[in-house]
Amino acid sequence: MYQYDQYDQAMVDARVEEFRDQARRRLEGKLTEDQFKPLRLMNGLYLQLHAYMLRVAIPYGTLNSRQMHALADIADTYDKGYGHFTTRQNIQYNWIKLEEAADLLADLAKVEMHAIQTSGNCIRNISSDHFAGAAADERVDPRPYAELLRQWSSFHPEFSYLPRKFKIAVIASDSDRAAMRLHDIGIKIVERDGALGAAFYVGGGMGRTPMIAPLIRDFVPLDQLVTYSEACLRVYNRHGRRDNKYKARIKILVHEMGAEEYARQVEEEFAHLLEQGVEPPLAELERIKGYFKPPRFRHPSESWDLSRLEREASAEPSSRWDDGFGKWVRRNTNPHKAPGYVSAVISLKPVGGIPGDATAAQMHLMADIARDYSFDECRVMHTQNIVLPHVEIGRLHALWQKLEAAGLGTPNLDQIDDIIACPGLDYCSLANARSIPIAQQISERFAASGKGEMLGELKLKISGCINACGHHHAGHIGILGVDRKGVENYQLLLGGSEAEDVALAKITGRGFDEAGIVQAVETVADVYLDQRQDGERFLDTYRRIGMDHFKEALYG
Amino acid sequence: MAEELGKGRDDVQLRFREDAMADGAQVTVDAFLDQADASAVRVEPGDDTHALLPHLARIRLVEVNFPVFGDGRGYSAARLLREHGYAGELRAVGDVLVDQIAYMRRCGFDSFAPDQPLDEADVATALARWPHAYQPAADAAVPIWNLRHG
Amino acid sequence: MKILTGNDLRTGAVIWWDGLNWSPHIANAVDAGEEAEAILAREEAARRVNAPYAIAAEATGDGPRPAHIKDRVRALGPTVRPDLGYKAARENGWDWVI
Repeated sequence: MYQYDQYDQAMVDARVEEFRDQARRRLEGKLTEDQFKPLRLMNGLYLQLHAYMLRVAIPYGTLNSRQMHALADIADTYDKGYGHFTTRQNIQYNWIKLEEAADLLADLAKVEMHAIQTSGNCIRNISSDHFAGAAADERVDPRPYAELLRQWSSFHPEFSYLPRKFKIAVIASDSDRAAMRLHDIGIKIVERDGALGAAFYVGGGMGRTPMIAPLIRDFVPLDQLVTYSEACLRVYNRHGRRDNKYKARIKILVHEMGAEEYARQVEEEFAHLLEQGVEPPLAELERIKGYFKPPRFRHPSESWDLSRLEREASAEPSSRWDDGFGKWVRRNTNPHKAPGYVSAVISLKPVGGIPGDATAAQMHLMADIARDYSFDECRVMHTQNIVLPHVEIGRLHALWQKLEAAGLGTPNLDQIDDIIACPGLDYCSLANARSIPIAQQISERFAASGKGEMLGELKLKISGCINACGHHHAGHIGILGVDRKGVENYQLLLGGSEAEDVALAKITGRGFDEAGIVQAVETVADVYLDQRQDGERFLDTYRRIGMDHFKEALYG
Repeated sequence: MAEELGKGRDDVQLRFREDAMADGAQVTVDAFLDQADASAVRVEPGDDTHALLPHLARIRLVEVNFPVFGDGRGYSAARLLREHGYAGELRAVGDVLVDQIAYMRRCGFDSFAPDQPLDEADVATALARWPHAYQPAADAAVPIWNLRHG
Repeated sequence: MKILTGNDLRTGAVIWWDGLNWSPHIANAVDAGEEAEAILAREEAARRVNAPYAIAAEATGDGPRPAHIKDRVRALGPTVRPDLGYKAARENGWDWVI
């Protein structure tokens, strides 16, 4: 993975000192809260329901063990012993003190980490495919391009006071594992006539007005990637709405201007910028790629495949192939491009647990596991689990035993209890309703009945307010918490998808109270079980039979 | 009679140019386009800077207003002007805090008339803060990615 | 009643106006009544509180109970982590959040 050189380190160190100075000026009263707020937000520091919350950047979700250990230490030193992995591949700490924040940032800087631009009206963390560099179906590893864009967007003097936040995702496969079409800019590395280029989708987003990003340009040569991005941002900075916070995202601009007109203006700006020489030298991309070379995999002849694993494990009862290990392998591993390897998913969704939370002890363990089992690398998924990208099939059993013992071995990837939930009203001052207790109750309900497994792939996403940090618009089943005359109420949505078959979920009808929504999810699951045909996922059945069956079961 | 608006010479707290300050009051973009002899123009966030591009040769001062510092349109306005060859004074006025000075310099601003005077020590710190820059802008800084590859 | 709340500037802790100072105990919160706006402005300017605001609350035997669930969660701590927040730190937290 990428490693800082003296330039990267100098910039992060300078940022720490800048923030230290800003915090001091705030505490001394030289800055009012109104003046300080945008500045602290650009360092990821929120004032939340219970305390200050800090969002630490994890660029394209990638971490090494040293960094994961540091995140654990920070949880213990500055917080209450845990952290929360987010839907943008970052980590959040909920109990931070302003007077200690600069020291925390200094500790992060020691391990090449930071909280730069994780909030505020600027370009945020650039997300990517959590199976990057490993997935059998990727064209190339998308992360060098994400890293190039990360540097381009860091401390960008022109784009630090945008109309609103700006989120970019980069993928390099036809499968979309990063919800790319639901970003302000989604970039897909594609191939044309033997050359790689970038397809740009601009104007997606969730929140109040969810939109799927239209294709703005189908092929940008990779040696013009930064210039084209700059053009996209400049048109947005100049013309994005500033009169209404809820209409300020680029999706509104593209929608109101029309994708064609937006593309035309970008093309004009792009032509002008090409003459300005803003693009990095090609050598820079090559240098960055050097950090993303595949690790030294074992020779295929020395490697197991999954069928050998099954043979060996089934023959050994103590391996628990039938009632534990086998389930986990079938559900929580993903095909790898190198023979003898898989990517493995560490679930942060134990039954009845808080989705995406990890204790410091668990983080330390995951760090050691990444070092020992996955070439010292792990990834944060936007679905709030952790990926070990390169695991030898022959070592999966030993790995699983360690995870099981630590409560990290739940075999539920993409199942109904692999719930994505925002922090909700328990933590967030923007929320209207609590999301975590709903997730816990649903998780427990389906574990108790055993239905979770029968349902197969079913992506359930819960947001505690219309800002949609829980991505409910993209859930096969989505839940939106609202405030109904001071009482928590929950709307149910069906049929969304964040993958390459992207779709926005539709609301079923009137909302439910806390007990009602849990029952409603079970009702919907039962309709699916009743109606499904061979091999259909929930989403497929929904698409075939439509909303009415579900409405009838829910509302009579 | 040209509209009297904008900042006077006394309001300019910081200036990074050697030449003398321009005489003549700033006029709005619309007024400027109507007055062949105007040489100082005030740009509001909603103005289209492109309208000025054919006239850069006769402009000695562009004043860019930041009514609230969170409205960042002025940064693009500045950089565009520089990219198209504007060499006159480019002044940031309005709600300008010391925390924006460094980015504004990078976008091509060379003078500042903030509503609230800035602490001189804070200004010096802010300008000395950044050892490098990642990306090119309107200043002379060589981006890190160029420094890496000679 | 109208009670005042905000966060401690340095630590971020949730605090309540007790008539003289800002207290971590909601039970000590007083009805600020007509003076609310003036108190808020003065205290914020003096940096004795950050981002303060007034909320509606009803007087109960256990002290003021905020009218809105969000403020009750603020007062008590995350409902999903009863080991953290105000309730965990003190013996007698209340069950009136929901």
